Amino acid sequence: MERSSWAFNWRRVLLLRETSSLIMLFVVIIVFFSIAPLFLSKENVGVVLEIIPELGIVALGVTMLMITGEFDLSVGSVFAFCPIMMALFMDWGMNSVLAVLCALVIGAGLGALNGFITLTFGIPSFITTLGAMLIWRGGVLLLTGGWPPPFPVGMFTGALVGKIGILRVSLFWFGIITLILWFILERTDFGNWMFASGGNQIAARAMGIDVRRVKLANFMLCSLLAGFSGVIQSFRLETTLPSMGNGLEMEAIAATVIGGTALSGGVGTLIGTVVGSFLIRMIDNGLIMARAPSYWFRVFIGIATILAVILNTFVRERAKKLRC
Amino acid sequence: MEERNEYLVEMVNIHKWFAGVCALKGVNFAVRYGEIVGLVGDNGAGKSTLIKILSGFYPPDTGKIIFEGKERHFASPREARELGIETIYQEAAMVPKMSIMRNIFMGRELSRTKIASLGYLDIARMEVESMKALESVGLRLRSPHALVDELSGGQRQGVAIARAMYFKSKLVILDEPTNNLSVKESEKVLEFIRELKKQGISSVFISHNLYHVYPVADRIVVLSHGEKIGDYLKEETSVEEITKLMVLP
Repeated sequence: MERSSWAFNWRRVLLLRETSSLIMLFVVIIVFFSIAPLFLSKENVGVVLEIIPELGIVALGVTMLMITGEFDLSVGSVFAFCPIMMALFMDWGMNSVLAVLCALVIGAGLGALNGFITLTFGIPSFITTLGAMLIWRGGVLLLTGGWPPPFPVGMFTGALVGKIGILRVSLFWFGIITLILWFILERTDFGNWMFASGGNQIAARAMGIDVRRVKLANFMLCSLLAGFSGVIQSFRLETTLPSMGNGLEMEAIAATVIGGTALSGGVGTLIGTVVGSFLIRMIDNGLIMARAPSYWFRVFIGIATILAVILNTFVRERAKKLRC
Repeated sequence: MEERNEYLVEMVNIHKWFAGVCALKGVNFAVRYGEIVGLVGDNGAGKSTLIKILSGFYPPDTGKIIFEGKERHFASPREARELGIETIYQEAAMVPKMSIMRNIFMGRELSRTKIASLGYLDIARMEVESMKALESVGLRLRSPHALVDELSGGQRQGVAIARAMYFKSKLVILDEPTNNLSVKESEKVLEFIRELKKQGISSVFISHNLYHVYPVADRIVVLSHGEKIGDYLKEETSVEEITKLMVLP
């Protein structure tokens, strides 16, 4: 009896979707620490923690949307579009808080547009948002002519990226957003509708769930978070570059998938995505600390992504057979 | 014998055309209170069309539906469901990657309070209630948190039937519930259907396989090419008679 309950618990741990990404995270930390002990120095931990939220917040939105069975490839472009609109609004004399809010509304609006087109014409969101990715990246270049607008002076940067010891406020925003989204996903009826919409939309619809509304809301959320994260980065760097967030959509999807969320929808965890975001940024930073050429970054992220999914599938299959 | 006129639902003279093809030609179909009706017929006989009209997927072109003595027009499946007509399609009933509990309460979650229009799930109560619902059909499962994916086909039907029962459905329509199930599993599903009858809930059991329907049905209705060609109380007929009807060209 004693033994079977012990085995059962192990089985449950192995069945958790976050497990394989957590294992990988520990391995990465140990490997980099043994190569470059400074990897875990206070200063370096601070450096890593300051860049994680910018990927993490985007990845949380991508995860929520992916659970409902849709994609957003345009997050990287929205990540650049929103802060640039913010800078332009201020250039036109708008109040700083209002400019940020307007930029965020635009972010949500671009998500609504993705959702509207995808759901109205019944085309894959992969296609819609691939188009949107190109359109808004092009839009950013058109608006700026390739030259960044001047970063407004006297912005309230402290509220988003102010320093507290080695940490930045953005880390707390990341934490708060994670908690709120976790609550919505795991503890509210809307979260249940999300899983249902992504897992079997015919069943969801048959049970009276407004699948369209659920998906639309998540398209908007995903895009809003991408815009918010872009604003955070522009505050940290005090500049708005048209090239911001280039390739971020792939990193966000990688973080999501590494964390155990299924590409096909209906399955996923936000905690896994947080772990995935840490993993990606730690590999990034660890390679620098280990003095490896930075070209290795993409190679390692690619390997990590594939490995995580294999590990996840493998571990869970094994765990299922661990019947007691 | 007075009960004979006590119909829960009556569909009268139903016609339905699809792009010039007549799918139903003046079908009369009725279900009494607490009755199990077997609806049989070959593929393309019009069973699905009839049931989709009854469950609100689409309106009939002519004819009327009388439910609990009143004429009804369903604008959507939701409206039919709100009146107590629950349809269980094998593929569309469950979300496999969700837990049993979350499936049972899908779209009708129990919540403690509303936080900014989001319902805060009352998980403790849903756990208890879903186990109760499962027990009401005699389904014993270890935990309400097990994934539906891990259940057998028969158990899934059981969960869907338990759900219908829990939400006080008056009429449960089962679309080919025994398809792709082993003999043993099919037997379980029949047991669930008998459980519905015990609780006074009417049901329609659709199948192209007469042998699955016959053991539980009180009455058997045969459709062929969009017309009703047979409607028998079980005691007045036999498998042989209905089989003959079904294989007629």
